[in-house]
Amino acid sequence: MNVELAKLRTVDRVYKCLSGAIGSAAVIFLGLALAVLLYYAYPSILLNGVEFFRGTRWSAQLGGKIVTLNGVRTINGDSFGILVFVVGTLASSTIAVLLAIPAGIGTAVFLTQVAPPKVAAPISLMMETLAGIPSIIYGFWGFLVLGPFLVNDFEPLIAQHLGFIPFLAGPVGGTSGLLAGGIILAIMIIPIIASVSRDTMIRTPKELKEGARALGSTRWEVTRRIVLPFAKTAIVGSIILGLGRALGETMAIAMLLGAGNHQLPTSIYSPVSTIAAFMLQELNIANAEPTGIDIAALMELAIVLLMITVTVNVIARLLIKQGFAGSSENVVRV
Amino acid sequence: MDDPVEQVRLQEILPQHTWQDPRVILRYRRRRALGHLVAVLAVVCIVIVLSPLLDIAFMFFYRGALAISIPNLAMTSSDGGLANAIVGTLLITALAGLVAIPIGVIGGIYLAEFSGQSRYAQSIRFIADVLSGVPSILLGYISFVIFILYFGWGRGGVGSGGSLLAGAIALSVLMLPYVLRTTELSLRKVPNSLREAATALGATKAQMINRMTLILALPGILTGVILSASIAIGETAPLLITAGNSNYYSACLTSCPTSYLTYLIWNFVTSANSINGESLAYLSVFLLMSFVIGLNIIARVGLRRFSKI
Repeated sequence: MNVELAKLRTVDRVYKCLSGAIGSAAVIFLGLALAVLLYYAYPSILLNGVEFFRGTRWSAQLGGKIVTLNGVRTINGDSFGILVFVVGTLASSTIAVLLAIPAGIGTAVFLTQVAPPKVAAPISLMMETLAGIPSIIYGFWGFLVLGPFLVNDFEPLIAQHLGFIPFLAGPVGGTSGLLAGGIILAIMIIPIIASVSRDTMIRTPKELKEGARALGSTRWEVTRRIVLPFAKTAIVGSIILGLGRALGETMAIAMLLGAGNHQLPTSIYSPVSTIAAFMLQELNIANAEPTGIDIAALMELAIVLLMITVTVNVIARLLIKQGFAGSSENVVRV
Repeated sequence: MDDPVEQVRLQEILPQHTWQDPRVILRYRRRRALGHLVAVLAVVCIVIVLSPLLDIAFMFFYRGALAISIPNLAMTSSDGGLANAIVGTLLITALAGLVAIPIGVIGGIYLAEFSGQSRYAQSIRFIADVLSGVPSILLGYISFVIFILYFGWGRGGVGSGGSLLAGAIALSVLMLPYVLRTTELSLRKVPNSLREAATALGATKAQMINRMTLILALPGILTGVILSASIAIGETAPLLITAGNSNYYSACLTSCPTSYLTYLIWNFVTSANSINGESLAYLSVFLLMSFVIGLNIIARVGLRRFSKI
């Protein structure tokens, strides 16, 4: 009998240890990823140093005289600078977030404060379902519909009438630019902001809302002074979460803007490239590069993107966690 | 003061000497008007937000439906169809699930049943949440470095070589955090009283989990699995880097490239010389959206009915 019991207990212990070990897969993966990327990026770090972040030209020669610089084999005329892509990424994400904040919060206000539950429920379901649409489809739509509309109709109009505002003037036309990228990213992150905001705003304690109503506040005043302050932290978290998504978005930008725009933007219509879109398209070229330095530089760029997005996500998760503190449920979000 | 309802409300909320004060009444009306204005703005907001989403849905369902034809669906890309891409997408997703689901479910069991709030468990949760925010292209890069550069599977990059399994593993990392966290959450929803009852009846922890909590949490776990599969089905960037592309059915796991639905869209947008490219691109958008929306509806609406907790 005791032997049997001991056996069962061992099973329990093995179960616990084994599942604990398997559960750490995500942690191991992230550590391994960083180590591997660092290993492969090492030649580029040696070669480029700080110039990597200051340079605005990325050109990897596919043939030519191989020289050794800082102990790394490279081709004469190689240059690896990522400033253009960093600026492009930050600028397009900033536009996206600026557009998505009012739209996302407005949607959440509509879903929780304005619409009756019978209207809000199907709209929420529809939005969550549509938020699951792959980014390549958004990119395709941007390429077919949004890009041409902006370039041909919307941007000339703005440039003409609002040209006195900085960054709104300037040459229009040709290809899709920063604004198109920002709008497509905004469309993709609005559901994130809206759904996390909605989830916290729903949790506002009823006593507070009813108390404010009893004291004579109108519905909007309750929203403005009770609900929004209550949900503030989580809303900020959701915005940063959306920012993280926008920073790393690849396909939509690659399809709408391409990756060949190697100059700093001068207005919101300027064509740009982002880190992620460039990483997608340059890898093909890097494969053909004889010394492997282009791949090393791309790995360094990957580390930069990893650092940016992980930092942004850590901040977002902490804020959302804090915003949801006290409620029993945890959040799992895109 | 002709509106009796308003009169009553004002009397309820304002001190008596102000009931007839026109300034107070005006102010109250202004505050209410502001509320109405905001409500209208919120409606405008939802219309602006939904219209591109609806445009995407309607436009692609319409154009995609026009592209449906038996040759398009039955032939491989070498003959101008996308049968191999459908098979490739399903194969990649299935392989990714094969890796991610066991790891995610077992890890979720650990987080919900064994770990409590230990620091180790908290850090796993946190890293999993952060991992779900890592851009998919980075997962593709990491898979590329490990499997294609280091192991040399299907050496080559976009368009020239690639490896089915490397792509599937990249996607499995994408799926893992969703499966892990939804498994944990659905296990946590099982009431503790049931656990206590099982323990009181003499069940060991392993028996309790395998025969009771897992079964009760199954609908929730399946929801997470299905949603993560719907994300993996539509993924493109990591596959472009690792899985290459192919005009035929993929013949092997590690060093054969494969075709997948999202590639056809990318190919149509970026290169003009694909056979039957336009209708295949629309058709693959149609199929992707059907898969994704169908899986979402199954997960969000269908499975909820089977949930006993």
